Amino acid sequence: MQDGLMLDHISKVYQDDNSEVLAIKEFSYAFSKGDFISIVGPSGCGKSTLLSIISGLEKPTSGKVFLDGEDITGKVSNIGYMLQKDYLLSWRTVYRNVLLGLEIKNMLNEETKEYAMNLLKTYGLGDFINKYPSQLSGGMKQRVALIRTLATNPSYLLLDEAFSALDYQTRLDVTNDVYNIIKKEHKTAIMVTHDIPESISMSDKIIVLSNRPSIIKNVHGITFNIPNRTPLNCRECPEFSKYFDSIWKELNTDERSNFGGQERVS
Amino acid sequence: MKEVISADRKEFLSKKKRRKRLILLTQIFILFAFIFLWEFLANEKILNEFITSKPSRVVNTILDFKTNHLFMHLWVTLYETLIGFLLGTLIGTVIASLLWWSPFASRVFEPYLIVLHSLPKVALGPIIIVWAGAGTNAIIVMALAISLIVTILEMLNGFLATDKNLIKLAHTFNANKWQIFTKIVFPSNVSTLINAMKVNIGLSLVGVISGEFLVSKAGLGYLIVYGGQVFKLDLVMTSVIILGIMAALMYHAVVILEKIILRWMMKAEV
Ligand SMILES: Nc1ncnc2c1ncn2[C@@H]1O[C@H](COP(=O)(O)OP(=O)(O)OP(=O)(O)O)[C@@H](O)[C@H]1O
Ligand SMILES: [Mg+2]
Repeated sequence: MQDGLMLDHISKVYQDDNSEVLAIKEFSYAFSKGDFISIVGPSGCGKSTLLSIISGLEKPTSGKVFLDGEDITGKVSNIGYMLQKDYLLSWRTVYRNVLLGLEIKNMLNEETKEYAMNLLKTYGLGDFINKYPSQLSGGMKQRVALIRTLATNPSYLLLDEAFSALDYQTRLDVTNDVYNIIKKEHKTAIMVTHDIPESISMSDKIIVLSNRPSIIKNVHGITFNIPNRTPLNCRECPEFSKYFDSIWKELNTDERSNFGGQERVS
Repeated sequence: MKEVISADRKEFLSKKKRRKRLILLTQIFILFAFIFLWEFLANEKILNEFITSKPSRVVNTILDFKTNHLFMHLWVTLYETLIGFLLGTLIGTVIASLLWWSPFASRVFEPYLIVLHSLPKVALGPIIIVWAGAGTNAIIVMALAISLIVTILEMLNGFLATDKNLIKLAHTFNANKWQIFTKIVFPSNVSTLINAMKVNIGLSLVGVISGEFLVSKAGLGYLIVYGGQVFKLDLVMTSVIILGIMAALMYHAVVILEKIILRWMMKAEV
């Protein structure tokens, strides 16, 4: 089996009292290590479901998930998951919030504590370790949430609209920070977003999904002809708008889709 | 260094302070006016002090504690109330936790809890006396019966209303049920618990007094019944007043406890 994360013919049917919904149909893809991959697609097409299946929070109805050759279908493995909001625990300090994952995974020891503390210091939160979440700005909270995820040292990170709760300026700053942190720590990231420019600015690859039951419409490799690419400086590149146009068109060729550039039109 | 305060701000703050003081003064005034009026009307024979008692007689009754054993009775009521309160809060929280643990059980017991909740617990008095004996035990069981079901329902609702996203977060770290309860669900509901405690301290007192009405040979509830039967209205009024003060003080004790609990929770070291 190959290295990296592989989804093999994943399907997911949701059952409820009134109906069943085929959220994902026969989804296969191999995520290569070290990449930053974004998934974009119309609302309700199954993006969050896909991440839940990768993280092991949901079991696929059929199909398998492999991590470095090991079958991890329906199992929570060491894959970090960042949710839509920071969800910091209001009664814990920043430092103790960051330790939550380590505590739960019974990984708390001097070494891991020091690792967490170093992450906080490296990424500008050293002076805030004893503050409570209510005392932080939105951007800082999101960084704390990322460090909480990184503290357990996962090699893969899932981000589900992790920045959508932030205002535009903070969002630009935080995506920049998060991108740099993820690259510096050599993580593989899979991000779901509604924001096409955001996905272009951060990703090495972008997977475009169709309406439910979703299939992969296209995979874009994103490269920029600049040294030291960051989510901020690549926005100036001529390639940027080229990528934007083609992804935007792909998402909108589907009449039923309700995609509209940066914001969803509903 | 002190912050520089503008004149407007100063004016605003002092106005607010003056208003607060005015409210307090008015409250104290009303209290004294009431006491004075009561004493005055009784002395002028407009009120029959045999039926209504009067403040000076209340004070004398209190000073007479060596013969009427007022403080012994106070202590008995306080003791029974605290035991009922602690048991009600503790057992109620434990049962709510177990019901949270098993969604099946909580669905099964839901209608029973609702019936028990709407039942006036005082109606159980005679049964409790038969089962627990006509003594302190029956009174404590009475206090427990009144606060237990409310605690279970309040706590269970709080547990079930825990932010699903926080639970999902814990799941992303592969948390087991015990971890989800101790690290997310219970800490999220400390304020629910404190609110339940604030309600329970009052309910427990209601249970104890109605229990003492029914069976006891000691306690403020007993004094009130006894005083009423032998027409010692001084004793009745004094007991009621002391009961009121005691209820207020116990409530304040819970408020202080709330501060301690919150500080402890926020500070807890890993
Ligand atoms: N727990 C569930 N039970 C039943 N149906 C569900 C459940 N979760 C998701 N679905 C359905 O599955 C489909 C895919 O949902 P999913 O949340 O994965 O979409 P999404 O692409 O993340 O959407 P969005 O862009 O709005 O976040 C939707 O039609 C949704 O209604
Ligand atoms: Mg989603």
